[in-house]
Amino acid sequence: MNWASTSDFFAMGGYGFYVWGSFLVTAACIAGEVVFLRARRSAALRTVRAEKVRHETAA
Amino acid sequence: MTNGVIHWFRYASPQSFYPLAGRMIPWFATLAALLTAAGLWIGFFVAPTDAQQGESYRIIFVHVPASWMSMFLYVVMAGWAGLGLAFNTRLSAMMAHAIAPTGAMFAFLSLWTGALWGRPTWGTYWVWDARLTSELVLLFLYLGYMALHAAIDDPRRGDRAAAVLALVGVINVPIIYFSVQWWNTLHQGASVSLTRAPSMAATMLTGMLVMALAFWMYSIAAALARVRAIMLEREAHMQWTHELPEAAK
Repeated sequence: MNWASTSDFFAMGGYGFYVWGSFLVTAACIAGEVVFLRARRSAALRTVRAEKVRHETAA
Repeated sequence: MTNGVIHWFRYASPQSFYPLAGRMIPWFATLAALLTAAGLWIGFFVAPTDAQQGESYRIIFVHVPASWMSMFLYVVMAGWAGLGLAFNTRLSAMMAHAIAPTGAMFAFLSLWTGALWGRPTWGTYWVWDARLTSELVLLFLYLGYMALHAAIDDPRRGDRAAAVLALVGVINVPIIYFSVQWWNTLHQGASVSLTRAPSMAATMLTGMLVMALAFWMYSIAAALARVRAIMLEREAHMQWTHELPEAAK
């Protein structure tokens, strides 16, 4: 085991800012992309439903 | 399916690829989550402290996988774009567009984590050297590809214009990869190579490769999710999208 305590782990041997700055921004980007993808899918489905209604009323 | 042969072209139309992609996403997403958990465990708890860099080297577990993905995804994106250009298939261009934002994200993360690693190691966040500059060019190629496509009203014309840009930009990928050999740069040489033994501890290498695999699985899941949304957006006027169960209500 590399770490003596939790605070030791978060300190990262004095490099906490750089290490956590890298990992947290990566996690935030991925989480953000997942949220954007969900939103894009719902918006696309709304468009499909609107088109469907338009087609059905036109027919 | 006849004679045990899979008819791949059957999946070349959005309407048959859409449900297939939908079934694949949970598998790739689950694999990505499990591999990330394993990779982070190895990276933080199994891999030892580096003798020269101390704990700052742990940035490698996101930096190298993100950089690899940014280059690999560009080649895959350009490949799909080129197929679309050559055969004019609808799905190819959609796949290329689905990959671009994820590739751009990894190019950004490569630069971001590189900056945060460069500061404690080299004493600077940024330097205009060959490796860093060519990676920045890669980010701009992704952004240029997306901007060019967005700027052209007719999607099919946009597909072709963006495909040409993507194909021309492929030249940048080997430049990034070999930049550390061709020029005198601050960036270190390749840590992993197919021709010689890796220059790092086995557990460090394992952690890095597991994280790379995790990013790979994530990228596939994200690209499939995005291509499904693109199919719905572009084909909202077509009968097959109206018949989808999720289009009911």
